[in-house]
Amino acid sequence: MSGPAPEGWGAHGVSVRFGTRQALDGVSLNALPGQVTVVVGADGAGKTTLLRCIAGALAPGQGTVRRPDPRRIGYLPPSTGIYGDLSVAENLRFRSASYGIPAPEAQRHVSEYLERTGLAAARDRLAGQLSGGMLRKLGVVAALLPEPELLVLDEPTTGVDPVSRADLWWLIASTAAGGAAVLMSTSYLDEAARAAQVLVLDAGRALAEGTPAEIVAAIPGTITVVAERPAAEDERRRSWRRAGTWRVWRPPGVPGPGEPVTPDLQDAVCVAALRRELEPSHA
Amino acid sequence: MRAMIVKEFRQLRRDRRTLAMMIVMPVLLLVILGYAASFDVSAVPTVVAGPGAAAVAKVLPKTFQLAGTYQAGTAGAQTPEAWARDQLRDGHAAVAIVTGSAPGPQVLIDGTQLFDAQKTLQELSALGSGTAATTASVTGSASVQILYNPELKTSYIMIPGLAGVILVFVGTVITSLGVVRERQAGTLEQLAVMPLRPADVFLGKIIPYFAVSVADLAIVVAVGVAVFGVPFIGSAAVFGLGALLFVFVTLGLGVLISSVSQTQGQAIQLAVMTLLPQVLLSGLIFPLSSIVAGVRWIAYLLPLTYFTEISRGVMLRAQPLTSLWPSFLYLALLGAVVTALATLRFRAFLAPGEGR
Repeated sequence: MSGPAPEGWGAHGVSVRFGTRQALDGVSLNALPGQVTVVVGADGAGKTTLLRCIAGALAPGQGTVRRPDPRRIGYLPPSTGIYGDLSVAENLRFRSASYGIPAPEAQRHVSEYLERTGLAAARDRLAGQLSGGMLRKLGVVAALLPEPELLVLDEPTTGVDPVSRADLWWLIASTAAGGAAVLMSTSYLDEAARAAQVLVLDAGRALAEGTPAEIVAAIPGTITVVAERPAAEDERRRSWRRAGTWRVWRPPGVPGPGEPVTPDLQDAVCVAALRRELEPSHA
Repeated sequence: MRAMIVKEFRQLRRDRRTLAMMIVMPVLLLVILGYAASFDVSAVPTVVAGPGAAAVAKVLPKTFQLAGTYQAGTAGAQTPEAWARDQLRDGHAAVAIVTGSAPGPQVLIDGTQLFDAQKTLQELSALGSGTAATTASVTGSASVQILYNPELKTSYIMIPGLAGVILVFVGTVITSLGVVRERQAGTLEQLAVMPLRPADVFLGKIIPYFAVSVADLAIVVAVGVAVFGVPFIGSAAVFGLGALLFVFVTLGLGVLISSVSQTQGQAIQLAVMTLLPQVLLSGLIFPLSSIVAGVRWIAYLLPLTYFTEISRGVMLRAQPLTSLWPSFLYLALLGAVVTALATLRFRAFLAPGEGR
């Protein structure tokens, strides 16, 4: 990770095995206060496992984790951690009481957050009756209640409609602006592009890390756009479909057809994955 | 249909515990319960008192197993009869023979030991017909008195124990879902990260059910007394203390079961598996003394065994704490073991980072 600051929270060389499957293999991550750090990767890449380790829901097999006192961690697990048979307000009351937050203070935060996320009207509804997106928003609100120093959100925006996503991003960004270290996972690369720091996970290992710009800048060679998928076998293996056209990665010194484009984070992640596949020694 | 059968077998094979229970448990239960299921009384614990005690003890038919003799020195200022009655009240014997009063010896029978009492009455009537002359000379003209349950009603001895069974049912089965439900809903992971201690979670899980169960027990006992006319002659405070301990163990066991189960189905199975032996081995149905010794030790690991002793003793015989304390001690011990195990289990998944 570029410039790991000692004051950050996160993991160092963390490995986790589930039976014979290596879920995480020596992954490090440093989430700095005041920043949003995003973990991206395909399904099964190890995002959830890494976040569980950092939040304290799982003990890593190897490596160390730095996290604040449990009273200062907010965590949104994949299941949202919300009780379906309690109302929205009851869920939030339980959460704030468990963290020892004085009732008036909790009340004020709850009202504000519910207002912000458009959940105020659902205050007395059973959480189990909420839509998937509303439930995730509620989970994020609950995780924010302890005013965490470290906010760990497992896919907070998955299954959430675009307007709600914007609400959530606003909440997440303002939490970071308030000084918290925010660590979230997502499978959307456009969200990762907005983060201060990104860790790309693939099959339990770090594929790329740094600021989005650093990750893009680290791509060797060029990326070109072609209308049809290349016919040549080696070019075929270096191509992927995007927005109706095909992109081809050309390692330095390899010529080929097509218009060079300015790569973005999505291209960078594709190239990183291709390189691991094509040149196993690279990883 | 074939696809369905194959799918079911696949799922069954995944759930090893269910499979094990379906195959191993029936055999195990049959063997254990087969040895336990006996109404036969071979030995009736008997005490003898009074001036003729030694003589009676010598000629006692072998059904009556001598459990104690009144000794003027050690029994203090008590009369032989008062001593004998205390022995019955405290559950040390089912039959007491008191000599020395005219016209013949007095036979006191504890009516709460239903099978012992029936056996005793059978034996006495056999003796009365004059086959064993020597014995008859001692007991033949005896006056027989059945204490505590003179009509030998089954409901009197069943209802105090049944109150316990109902609690086991309600308590263990319902609380056994508590943790596993959180595990399946994914909220357990949230609890693990929250600043809660394992003991907070364990007690927090138990206390609401504790309140409900105690109210439940009070209602069951009240209905037993009101509807079935079961006597309650002992101390409500002693009974209450026993009930609190018992409810705590029962609920703790439920939470422990929950914490070792992966699914609600498994938890229910396990809870029912603990229920069956408790009902059959606790002395509620089959007298403890009739259970083969190799199986009887299991009875002494079950909380219902002690609760049945306490509730029968207090309700029917007004047995005081001074002679019931071992049952209280064992219940407290079971409570401590269950709490310790459950807290350890909770620590394993609530504070995974610590203690490794």
